[in-house]
Amino acid sequence: MIQRHTLSVLVENKPGVLTRIAGMFARRAYNIHSLAVGPTDDPRVSRLTIVVGTEAVQLEQIVKQLNKLVHVLKIVELDPAESVEREMQLVKVTADPDTRSQIIELADVFRAKIVDVDHDSLTIEAAGAPAKLEAMVELLEPFGIREMVRSGTISLARGSRSITDGSKLRMQRVV
Amino acid sequence: MSSSASGDRPTGRVTGAQAVLMSLEALGVEVVFGYPGGAILPAYDPMLDSSIKHVLVRHEQGAVHMAEGYAHATGRVGVCIVTSGPAATNIVTGLADAHMDSVPLLAITGQVATTAIGSDAFQEADVTGITMPVTKHNELVGTVERIAAALKEAHHIASSGRPGPVLVDIPKDILNATVEWRWPEHMELPGYRPTVRGHGKMVREAVELIGRSQRPVIYAGGGLVRAGAAEELFELATLLEVPVVTTLMARGVFPDTHELFVGMPGMHGHYAAVKAFQETDLLITLGARFDDRVTGDLGSFAPHARVIHVDIDPAEIGKNRVVDVPIVGDAKVVTGQLVRAASDKLDLVKPDTTAWRAHLTELKAEHPLRVEQPETGVIKPQTAIRAIHEVFGDEAVYVAGVGQHQMWAAQHIPYSRPRQWINSGGLGTMGFAVPAAIGAKAGLPDTPVVCIDGDGCFQMTFQEIAAAVQADLPVVFCVVNNGYLGMVRQWQSLFYDDRLSEVALPQDLPDLVKLADAYGIPGFRATTMDELGPVLRKAQEVTGQPVIVDLRVDPDEMVFPMVPAGASNDEVLESAEEWYARARAIDLPGDGVPAE
Ligand SMILES: Cc1ncc(C[n+]2csc(CCOP(=O)(O)OP(=O)(O)O)c2C)c(N)n1
Ligand SMILES: [Mg+2]
Repeated sequence: MIQRHTLSVLVENKPGVLTRIAGMFARRAYNIHSLAVGPTDDPRVSRLTIVVGTEAVQLEQIVKQLNKLVHVLKIVELDPAESVEREMQLVKVTADPDTRSQIIELADVFRAKIVDVDHDSLTIEAAGAPAKLEAMVELLEPFGIREMVRSGTISLARGSRSITDGSKLRMQRVV
Repeated sequence: MSSSASGDRPTGRVTGAQAVLMSLEALGVEVVFGYPGGAILPAYDPMLDSSIKHVLVRHEQGAVHMAEGYAHATGRVGVCIVTSGPAATNIVTGLADAHMDSVPLLAITGQVATTAIGSDAFQEADVTGITMPVTKHNELVGTVERIAAALKEAHHIASSGRPGPVLVDIPKDILNATVEWRWPEHMELPGYRPTVRGHGKMVREAVELIGRSQRPVIYAGGGLVRAGAAEELFELATLLEVPVVTTLMARGVFPDTHELFVGMPGMHGHYAAVKAFQETDLLITLGARFDDRVTGDLGSFAPHARVIHVDIDPAEIGKNRVVDVPIVGDAKVVTGQLVRAASDKLDLVKPDTTAWRAHLTELKAEHPLRVEQPETGVIKPQTAIRAIHEVFGDEAVYVAGVGQHQMWAAQHIPYSRPRQWINSGGLGTMGFAVPAAIGAKAGLPDTPVVCIDGDGCFQMTFQEIAAAVQADLPVVFCVVNNGYLGMVRQWQSLFYDDRLSEVALPQDLPDLVKLADAYGIPGFRATTMDELGPVLRKAQEVTGQPVIVDLRVDPDEMVFPMVPAGASNDEVLESAEEWYARARAIDLPGDGVPAE
């Protein structure tokens, strides 16, 4: 059964590391839903959130193949029920004087912000779990979506534990 | 610089190029295979002062295959060094080959100057980009300070864990820059830690599973060769009296002459070995990877078997076949652990394999390899292979190309030790043998090295014979000359109704004896049975220089046994007659076009 899985991947912040990961996915015909990269509190370490749609057997292969990359430090699968997942979205919607207030109301419901206004359009910024953003887009559609952009998922496990615990990362590790 | 790159370690400032040579010396490298050119030029100057020997190849593909051959033969890291752009792209085939067969390799490429990178400069190619999918790791060196550490890490990564090729790309300005020489004490590889020791609980479970089995078989793969685990394997097999099957990559890791030896598995494996897998109730898989050429149709492979899988690469475990007892670890260490765990309670875990062994021995006797050799006249290629072994013996190392001759060489020579058989298994790279044999000879100067090549393969890389002559590496090059791309012809015969398309290679184009003459080395030809032995003996008597032996063999011979690609291993066919009878029975045009 194909399911979405969210992998949090800590990597050494080295040139080409993203290419290595993307290349591995492409070469082995694995499917990436979304990918987000950014810094962590340690400048030597970047954190990727990769959402894949795959079967359990293949997920195991993906994790193992990722682990073989020399710059990959740690991989954790995040359970959506036990983690906070967020995506960010910007949507430019057609807005005339008749629809403008309806759109603003709708944005409010989704705790989205209006970040740009023009004569005949509004740009909405929303953040949230993927399902929430999808619902918002669906409701905005009838007004006419001119353009939209959405980030990859980022995710953190709930609770106080951290996957970047220094001792586990062993950045100091030498051979 | 305060002193030469060799001998006494200079301490002052050195160039990046000197640092490259000094790093290689510090790593114990004795020989590099290479070809100079613009971007790597700075490194060729300190080479003059270095203790490291350089073998000048004739094409960069030769350099990388020589480095592979050296690594295959010695177990040490093979090193090649070439310039940027076209030279770097010329080594891609060899990197892919080494990647597939887990060959420890260090490739050093020159790169255009840092300031020119990305500008489509003369002889610029994105070499780390191009080689990413075919290397274990690679690095574009960013500063001169980084050279020594990059090479030390590359060498370590290439030779540890599951070995493989690592490429280090060094821009020319960095080779020219200077640096305070320092050999790094440590490596910083926080994301790289191969598991060496097997999990104790898994080892115990494996031994218990062996104890409960009735028809166990050891599926011995190339990982055992890489790990240097022949001794441990021998102990395990003989202690528990478990029959052994050695894959194409593992020929020789267990002696063929031993009574527990069953054969080689796979598409062109020995009948008894193929059957052993189909009938076994426990596959003890050591450093093998359930390659499609071994399993055939995966769904019907070893249908009754539970599986123990030992591999240093966790990704191999469960990749193709569901595993009952997975053990991640070095094949030598884990096999040793299995031996100890089994010895501790031998009476409990030693399976009674008497009936099973007797059955396999019978299969072996009833289904030997078939060779129909008339006493005079035409030489059957299988006979040529056997004659080569008769003359050059167990002492020699045999290096094969890719095709029918490779399969015959794997089938018909009784290997008795690891690293005695060298070939390109995973990638199936035609052109591998000539340079790989030269590289092997560079690593084993006192061992006879016999290259068993096809006439097609030979013509892909024979230009390296010049390198062998020049570097004084006397390899015996035997060409199994059947006048065809024989393996392709075989598929056309069997799967395409004998419609031969672009597979003929006139046997005397080129004339290999004249070719030998052109290189200033002896060349011999055998065309009939009575010439075969004498010609090979003459070749064996040549000392101190390479020799070419043109063995004109029957072009019509086909490799059997054969499991058609994608078919079940239950369908192993032992001869062309059997093949055609089957084809008639199921009424297919000559065949069943392979399922791939
Ligand atoms: C570089 C490369 N190109 C093509 C092939 C496909 N191929 C596999 S075997 C073979 C024929 C080899 O001919 P030869 O060297 O004469 O060996 P023979 O099979 O006749 O013994 C070919 C073309 C290959 N394996 N490698
Ligand atoms: Mg041929």
